[in-house]
Amino acid sequence: MLARRLRSKFPALSRRWQTTASTTAIEPPPAGGHSSSVASSQLFRITRESALRTPGISWQDEESDRNIIGGRETRKMNLYQAVRDALSIALSKDDTAVIFGEDIAFGGVFRCTMGLAEEFGRERVFNTPLTEQGIAGFGIGLASMGHTAIAEIQFADYIFPAFDQLVNEAAKFRYRSGGHFSIGGLTVRTPTMAVGHGGLYHSQSPEGFFMGASGLKVVIPRSPIQCKGLLLSAIRDPNPVIFMEPKILYRSAVEQVPIDDFSLPLSRAEILIPGSDLTLLTWGTPVYHCESALRLLNSPPPSLAPLIPPSLRNAKVELIDLRTILPWDVETVVESVRRTKRLVIVHEAGMTGGVGGEIAAEVGKRAFLRLEAPVRRITGWDVPAGLQFEKFNMPDAVRILDGIMETLSY
Amino acid sequence: MASLARFRPATRRIPAFARAIQTSADTTQLQDTIEDHSKPFTVKLHEESFRAYRCETPSFEVEVKKDELLKMYKDMQTMRRMEMAADALYKAKLIRGFCHLAIGQEAVSVGLEYGIKPEDRVITAYRCHPFAVMRGGTIKGVIAELLGRQAGMSHGKGGSMHIFTPSFFGGNGIVGAQVPVGAGIAFAQKYLGKNTATFALYGDGASNQGQVFEAFNMAKLWDLPAVFVCENNKYGMGTSAERSSSNTEYFTRGDKIPGLQVNGMDIIASRHAVQYARKWVTEGNGPLLMEFVTYRYGGHSMSDPGTTYRTREEVQRMRSTQDPIRGLQRYIEEWGLATEQELKQLDKDAKAEVDQAVEEAKQSPEPLTKDLWTDIYYKGTEPSSMRGREREEVHHY
Repeated sequence: MLARRLRSKFPALSRRWQTTASTTAIEPPPAGGHSSSVASSQLFRITRESALRTPGISWQDEESDRNIIGGRETRKMNLYQAVRDALSIALSKDDTAVIFGEDIAFGGVFRCTMGLAEEFGRERVFNTPLTEQGIAGFGIGLASMGHTAIAEIQFADYIFPAFDQLVNEAAKFRYRSGGHFSIGGLTVRTPTMAVGHGGLYHSQSPEGFFMGASGLKVVIPRSPIQCKGLLLSAIRDPNPVIFMEPKILYRSAVEQVPIDDFSLPLSRAEILIPGSDLTLLTWGTPVYHCESALRLLNSPPPSLAPLIPPSLRNAKVELIDLRTILPWDVETVVESVRRTKRLVIVHEAGMTGGVGGEIAAEVGKRAFLRLEAPVRRITGWDVPAGLQFEKFNMPDAVRILDGIMETLSY
Repeated sequence: MASLARFRPATRRIPAFARAIQTSADTTQLQDTIEDHSKPFTVKLHEESFRAYRCETPSFEVEVKKDELLKMYKDMQTMRRMEMAADALYKAKLIRGFCHLAIGQEAVSVGLEYGIKPEDRVITAYRCHPFAVMRGGTIKGVIAELLGRQAGMSHGKGGSMHIFTPSFFGGNGIVGAQVPVGAGIAFAQKYLGKNTATFALYGDGASNQGQVFEAFNMAKLWDLPAVFVCENNKYGMGTSAERSSSNTEYFTRGDKIPGLQVNGMDIIASRHAVQYARKWVTEGNGPLLMEFVTYRYGGHSMSDPGTTYRTREEVQRMRSTQDPIRGLQRYIEEWGLATEQELKQLDKDAKAEVDQAVEEAKQSPEPLTKDLWTDIYYKGTEPSSMRGREREEVHHY
């Protein structure tokens, strides 16, 4: 509703939206995707020092070197290079590790596996047919033999043919064999979330569909460092993990990434910006839209200033990246909401049946008497991800700002 | 016996088999007189025991040994007794949930085990009880699993379709889902450079699942040591093969993958074909399709009487003329390997063994409530809690 108000009030804003939404004569967005929120983010660790001090980082090299930061190197990487770096470490340290998926021997559509086939051999890094259900089943069989199986589903939208294998076979393998069998070596990587121009089958966020599949883990990183650490954790975690990489960040998110082997903890949310007045919970790409929204709230540009009451501008909003979606870090989130008394959840998937509903219900149960406003969900609309409407479908900074203001002044 | 051999099913019901493979259980002929019972001797299979697609049929002359035949007889009899015990326990309401019995298909499960090596891998779907026992499990473990007891092979957490041993990757409850998993297992065997094979079994019903073809393609593409075994018992649940499959010659459905159709009612033919298949895939020829033509005497599951989609006469005819256990019994008697009395003793032993296992399984307690929460995630990596039905049931790790 603020968005509509803004559009009528600021023709410039409205014109920009119109051009991307309805004119075909303009220049198309770059192939790698773009996002002004990502481009201006302060959340990236762009110096060696800050990168090496990433919270929760755990060095995985020889025992004697652990906990030593001095002498460690970082390299500037974007998210796809961080994926490649993690995969390269996994392959070189674990002889049973193999990577397979559609077109991945050539680097994959997002170049995440670039050069790995040449480096580690085509027996370990190989293309599969276009066979999502087969890939998942094949990976499960491989992992059940004790292998580290790293499968790629080319887009998260294509994970649905593999849904049966993942939910019925992968998630339950240990349980239904009474603990005799494990497919903990299975990791399924897949690019997720909107890219700005992906349309119906390349911009969906299917993480919510896996919420009922106890036995699986679902992880979504937000940045190159996070991606490398969480992916290495996912690969080594003794449970099957679905690792969803926000595809718009592949090129646009850039950090100094430690080149050594390190991991970041699964099932731990990270508080990115501490605060005391409202908890803003999200994961993946919307982390940066949330950051932009906070910037707009705290120091609105003159054009927005009249719409944002001065009393709200000093609000201290706690921004949390959930990171692991299943099983999610209830403690960190609930502890935060108990302090801030307000919760806004942002995700790209539609609201109905989304992860936000699950979190809202659990927080509502555990912190009911502390809440001073209803838990607010800012999500994609409950519609298919139409191509020309993608910008309107995704929760952007303005919609998030609107939701924050409404929740703060409830 | 000769009259039995001439028997052919009525063409109206199952036309494919009228002109094709024969499934009599007792048409194998002795080639020479047996002088020394400790030495192998040669028998000749019926010339319609195999049909091949893009490969040669195995030889029809097979070497067998007396000891082995008697052991096979005992194993088949034991497996049937076990399934009959499960049937009785189900009807006594001691086994609940799903239960799919393989009575009539013993020559496949037992024949398979006699044709492969311990280090080979097997994965199948619903009718998994005999495989689980043959692959190193116990009758007590299977029955206790069906009863949902702690002594069950999956500690009572799996039930009928979910029984595992180190070399048996389980029954699986999703029709066809085990086939690509089998391809992955075969890939691991090839990757590790082991000269072993994976046998991925599925039924004629599952053969129409898309992922079965996905698995075929990958296996052929990468020449995996996988044998895809279709147990064609002629009915996928309540629909006959002809009414569900455009091509009922399941051994020809692998496109470039060679196939072999086998009389799955004669255990000598079954075992011989399995040995052939194992040799084929472990010698680097890529995957092989195998179709065992067999028959289940019971319904698809315990709630299916099995007589609404086929006639009682058909079941009766199969039972009386093509039974794999009776077939082997005749060989043993006619070739003078054992007397009727000796075989009766084996029957009694099988029954006693199963009865004892059932009693032991019944003694095993039900799983503890706390085991509901284990084996979901790897120990130590669980979330802090898992939800139960109500407040008090939330489990904290």
